[in-house]
Amino acid sequence: MTITLIFLAVIMATVITWLLRQTINTQPWVSNSEADAASGVSLNTNPQAIGLTTFLAVATSMFALFASAYTIRMTMPDWSPLNEPLVLWVNTGFLILASIAYQWTTSVALNSSIKKIKIGLIASGVFSLLFLVGQFSAWQDLIAQGMYVSTNPAIAFFYVLTAMHGLHLIGGLYVWARSMIKVTQGIESNEVIRVSVELCTVYWHFLLLVWALLFSLLIST
Amino acid sequence: MAFVAFADQDHEQEHHDPQTFLTKYVWSQDHKVIAIQYGGIAIFVGLIALVLSILMRLQLGFPNTFAVINPESYYQFVTMHGMIMVVYLLTALFLGGFGNYLIPLMCGARDMVFPFLNMLSVWFYLLSVLILLASFFVPGGASGAGWTLYPPQSIAPGTPGVDLGIILMLVSLGVFIVAATMGGLNYVTTVLQARCKGMTLMRLPLSVWGIFVATILALLAFPALLVSAIMMILDKTIQTSFFMPAMISAGEQLSYNDGSPILFQHLFWFFGHPEVYIVALPAFGLVSDVLATHARKNIFGYRMMVWAILAIGGLSFIVWAHHMYVSGMNPYFGFFFATTTLIIAVPTALKVYNWVLTLWQGNIHLRVPMLFAIGFIFTFIHGGLTGIFLGNVVIDLPLSDTYFVVAHFHMVMGVSPVLVVFASLYHWFPLMSGKMFNETLGKWHFWLTFLGAYSVYLPMHYLGFQGVPRRYFSMGNTDFLPESAQMLNASITVSAIILALAQLLFFINIFISLRSGKKAKPNCWGATSLEWLTPDQPPKHGNWAHDLPEVHRWAYDYSVPGQEQDFTPQTVPASEVPVGRDHGVTHEDT
Repeated sequence: MTITLIFLAVIMATVITWLLRQTINTQPWVSNSEADAASGVSLNTNPQAIGLTTFLAVATSMFALFASAYTIRMTMPDWSPLNEPLVLWVNTGFLILASIAYQWTTSVALNSSIKKIKIGLIASGVFSLLFLVGQFSAWQDLIAQGMYVSTNPAIAFFYVLTAMHGLHLIGGLYVWARSMIKVTQGIESNEVIRVSVELCTVYWHFLLLVWALLFSLLIST
Repeated sequence: MAFVAFADQDHEQEHHDPQTFLTKYVWSQDHKVIAIQYGGIAIFVGLIALVLSILMRLQLGFPNTFAVINPESYYQFVTMHGMIMVVYLLTALFLGGFGNYLIPLMCGARDMVFPFLNMLSVWFYLLSVLILLASFFVPGGASGAGWTLYPPQSIAPGTPGVDLGIILMLVSLGVFIVAATMGGLNYVTTVLQARCKGMTLMRLPLSVWGIFVATILALLAFPALLVSAIMMILDKTIQTSFFMPAMISAGEQLSYNDGSPILFQHLFWFFGHPEVYIVALPAFGLVSDVLATHARKNIFGYRMMVWAILAIGGLSFIVWAHHMYVSGMNPYFGFFFATTTLIIAVPTALKVYNWVLTLWQGNIHLRVPMLFAIGFIFTFIHGGLTGIFLGNVVIDLPLSDTYFVVAHFHMVMGVSPVLVVFASLYHWFPLMSGKMFNETLGKWHFWLTFLGAYSVYLPMHYLGFQGVPRRYFSMGNTDFLPESAQMLNASITVSAIILALAQLLFFINIFISLRSGKKAKPNCWGATSLEWLTPDQPPKHGNWAHDLPEVHRWAYDYSVPGQEQDFTPQTVPASEVPVGRDHGVTHEDT
């Protein structure tokens, strides 16, 4: 459970330190004109960004727990390491490209160029789909070699971890599709599109980071 | 500014108001309606779990008298009772029910930040409840694995509900977690970003603090349950060996290899212990507000109360293995977890002292909500103290499998939160319904519940000391027990039945009050927090009139010396009424 504990210690420390800084030296029982003027908004960002950050904490918690379970299960005698399909390296490349494409889209979204945003979105969508197809072909490879989910625990973890990561990416693609529709219809203001693209970029970077950590866990064991 | 009803402000605004019955009460995105939907569903399943507990008690008090209760069904009752009460009743009611109702109102917001997600949350919750209840009706019935669902027995042949029952249970938990996450994102974002002007974090009522921190715990801890549910479903359906060891069942070698049941226990309790505080922290918050309001006194040590909530929240993640002492562990781990467990008693005790000190020299009004709140202090101290016993490895080992543990956790996280639920329901009923409840019926309800709970759980401590084992359908080879143990068991059952029937008084009270109760005066308890200051009671869609409220003080300006009124609402500026400690009255004046 070390991985989970480290992760959790970081999150709890962040949350508690932040909250303590808000509450330390405050004496709510006396009048305070500064507090009277406070806007009631704690963080200088939009609610969607807070929602996403919170969700990322939840998702990180889940992946950290999976990783903990992986390391604990590894210590049992029946563990035999998995030879990861080589296609995973290619897939990792696709995911990096998708992330880069999103980052580029964010930077052009600042200049409000709809056409460029569209190109960026299409590129990141295509690379993400290629990643998913690649992951699926890795599964096919394993199945062709007779390595099913129940064959051994390392393979089972491989299927489960890639599936969970893939599902998160599919969830991201749902939001991606909504951005695409917004861009294509051109009804929404550039600001709405920019926020949507920015949040997706953060999410894609997150999924890339999660994948990088999962992949290194898989190949190092 | 003259008052303009929310719906009358302008045409554009009007469009946002739900117009039809369906959008108003069924597919509603209004946090108050969603709160009541959450509450209604939670109380409904809670009643089912209550009936299950009576069926268990009938068997224990009067063994083999009732033909319908056989060992299989008994274990199904145990499992479903535990799971429903902990997850589907208490978690849902505190976060989905009270969280939804109170957060936007107490923060001075019009609604949750993501109303659509909020609506999805309640429908996912309903779906999870339906899936869970469906497991009663599938071949083999509901799971009988115990609420902890420990493998290997939860999915090994021989356990009741091992086919579809356990799968439905796990799927239902998964759906519940999705619902809780969607709700949780809303509660966190709303508390952080949607407070009205002047509402700093330290001016929030403790109810919001309790629910807020509990939500953070839920968001971080529920994934552990999700992870274990996913892996267990795979173990069950496609014979992976995450948790399942190699084993022989009925002479046949099962197709599992070297899985680790202890791994499941770690994951389960990594969720399971924070879960205790997911239920307790909102209860701590709500009871603080009820106590302060009815004692007409500011909550003692507000800032420490907030920090205690934070400390308990943080510590609750590093005590989980105290549920696993009997599974065996490295003595150093045992020492670590015993130490952290005992440390968590410090902020918890601090809260208890502060509640008692809030009452000290208060102008206590023993109305129904206050009775329940004071009752909570008793039961919580009681359950908390036995927790200090059990936190120690050497005391836990002999007591772990006895009624002592049943008594402990029911006092601390069954009876205590439920007393707060009732305190809060009675306290906020006038706001939610616009009607007053019947005080006499309410008092009967309190005394029967409070004394009933004690007559059920106090004797269990003694039975536990004598070694009466828990989880047993019938006592079997327990010759070391005196015959009086069975007599005590019978008396517990009778008390439990009376206790359960007493809950009817609550429903009768609600029913009568909704139909013909007196109209509640606005802010009938003379409270200071924003939820009582809405232009309409119950608050309409959008909560506030044209302008959002503005806050100028904390939520606990009760009985400020030198003031005519014994409460000052949060919206009153300091220029009109000085803020709490600035009252300027010296000891000589009084």
